Amino acid sequence: MNWNALLFAVFPYIALTLAVAVTAYRMVYRPFSVSAQSSQLLEQKRLFFGSTAMHWGLVIVLLGHLLALLLPKGLLLWNAVPLRLYLLEITGLGLGLWALFGTYVLLARRISVARVRAASTPMDYLVLVVVFVSALTGVLTAVLYRYGSFWFPAVMTPYLWSVLTLNPRPELLQDLPFWTKLHVFNFWLFLALFPFSRLVHIVTVPLGYVVRPWQIVVWVRKLAR
Amino acid sequence: MKVRAHMSMLFHLDKCIGCHTCSIACKNLWTDRKGAEYMWWNNVETRPGAGYPTGWEDQERFRGGWEYKDGHLDLRLHSRTQGLFRLFFNPALPSLDDYYEPFTFRYSDLFTAPEGEDQPTAIPVSMITGEPMTPEAGPNWDDDLSGSPLYAKNDPNLKALDPEVRAQLEEIEGVVFQYLPRICNHCLNPACVAACPSGAIYKRAEDGVVLVNENKCKAWRMCVAACPYKKVYYNWATGKSEKCILCFPRLETGQAPACAHSCVGRIRYMGVLLYDADRIPEAAMVPDEELVESQLSLILDPFDPEVIAAAKAEGIDEGWIQAAQKSPIYKFVKVWRLALPLHPEYRTLAMMFYVPPLSPVVSTVEKAFRASQGNGGLVRLDLPETDLDFEVYAALEKARMPVKYLANLFAAGNEAHIVPVLKKMLAVRILKRQESLEGRPTEKALKVLADAGLTLEEAEAIYRLTTLPTLEERFVLPPYHREMAAEVWKDPLAHKGEAGLGYIQPPLRGE
Repeated sequence: MNWNALLFAVFPYIALTLAVAVTAYRMVYRPFSVSAQSSQLLEQKRLFFGSTAMHWGLVIVLLGHLLALLLPKGLLLWNAVPLRLYLLEITGLGLGLWALFGTYVLLARRISVARVRAASTPMDYLVLVVVFVSALTGVLTAVLYRYGSFWFPAVMTPYLWSVLTLNPRPELLQDLPFWTKLHVFNFWLFLALFPFSRLVHIVTVPLGYVVRPWQIVVWVRKLAR
Repeated sequence: MKVRAHMSMLFHLDKCIGCHTCSIACKNLWTDRKGAEYMWWNNVETRPGAGYPTGWEDQERFRGGWEYKDGHLDLRLHSRTQGLFRLFFNPALPSLDDYYEPFTFRYSDLFTAPEGEDQPTAIPVSMITGEPMTPEAGPNWDDDLSGSPLYAKNDPNLKALDPEVRAQLEEIEGVVFQYLPRICNHCLNPACVAACPSGAIYKRAEDGVVLVNENKCKAWRMCVAACPYKKVYYNWATGKSEKCILCFPRLETGQAPACAHSCVGRIRYMGVLLYDADRIPEAAMVPDEELVESQLSLILDPFDPEVIAAAKAEGIDEGWIQAAQKSPIYKFVKVWRLALPLHPEYRTLAMMFYVPPLSPVVSTVEKAFRASQGNGGLVRLDLPETDLDFEVYAALEKARMPVKYLANLFAAGNEAHIVPVLKKMLAVRILKRQESLEGRPTEKALKVLADAGLTLEEAEAIYRLTTLPTLEERFVLPPYHREMAAEVWKDPLAHKGEAGLGYIQPPLRGE
């Protein structure tokens, strides 16, 4: 087995297993530990620039990746007109840079603001570093190996599906440049860290809030029965 | 009619001496922990003042409570969708500096300092970073009006006061203040519950206590901003919100909350109120000046057979109904109409009630006297002793603590709610003084009493419950029947033969 297979065929399954199993365990048996661990109370100004940029940048870019995974043909059709390709690439790059900027601000803030530092665990730093690497390698890929949205459906979509359908084809990544490989590996690392860090808060996005009634009244005794 | 029971507290501000014993009892019991150092679930503020967190009543900034506009009742903080879009940054959240950076002193320096010429000192250090710091704020930084020009003048309740009245309030000879102890109001229409995207906060139907389910809380921290009283706090160490729990573990075992039990001035009363849960929305949706009336109309008469029947139908047991009938809160709030909720204009229907304080009115009378005499400086008021009381009663609008100010605190600015309360309290005071001076209620005192709308019996009852209540009269606690509730939560036999304690999950960050 070579490194390529180890990193892109074996490790993804370790990461996915951890992500699913440990997250489920935490949600059920350690619910107190699941929290976004906001530090807005301790510092506000830098958080505004960092958190908004990182979250929105990443969320939209990740949704873009998901779209490319689910609708590769649609993406290719969209890109058939050069203007539309440029538009997509510029938007993606812009969002990536925004996320990169935000993550940098958050990392610098966590290191330099004494109050935030005091509240931080080593995992808090590690998570930010992983997110930073993710944004950085993504931006590098976008800049150096144009056009990502063009070759993603040809390379990444089949690779990701091969992993998800339990028939991994790491050889698809064999010849990709270093930064792109790092970007992919970093994603699996992100998934592996996910259940052990504050990242679990991602699965708790409270979309139900939109439909629930304003007030919640609980009969402690009735609930117990 | 859907009858529910509510545990309510009453603060008799005329008796509060501002000693902070309540705050310390609460701090020792609940918030003496990492991440909670800055929290004061119970705090006592000097009024006029900016309070804690500084300027919490400024809802333009902190966006707490509800807004009633065009027939709709909406959170001032956000709509549901806006709430989701603000998860990553909540613009209305107070920062730690709006509270204060908690500090302690490095006492060990006193013992370990090297021998030298100077006395060793214990320097202040931050309880968050552990680094030396200069304390620049605290939960009682403006206690007893210290730093008045900076703090008291920023009190939002001073708005809408006549410039003349305001000047009179700030005049050094006439300077006056009162205390305002605050805990969570365990509202009927809580904004914190409505603002929580996770649905982690809830109101207990059995006794109305509003609680945060720490297992569901995900640190979206909307509750902190949405609570107009700023009584939900964010624990920066565990990443969970926390708030006053009305000492429910004490209530369930027949003890009054720690703040109430430890109260030196015995200003706090605790009891059951029955209310109509069906009418909550409509009670919160009336114009500002009708809010007090509409909220009090929710509170039901526990002697009314219809109410009793409806309460029993809702599963409220006999013990609770009896407690509601003996409730000192019901007497103060509904029978005597002496108590009001704090800031009803927030429309959360706060269920802790306040008897507004009396204030000396002499200074203004003195001033008028002084002006008529044409000389400066302080002059002893030269009125016949017997008339003095009646002067006060008649000149309520000249009270040193302006009626308008009290109205801004307790009646959404409606002075018509404050005046009768003060008149009743003064009438009782005049009556009792006349009784002790003359040995009987005098003609004049009875006239004042009738004017205030009190009978002799009522006045006597108010007097007794205000000045001479026993512990059992102040705290009428219903039987919670924990012995019957416990097995509903947990099968007592389930853990038989096991080690006993189960898995202990420490409340640590991310664990």
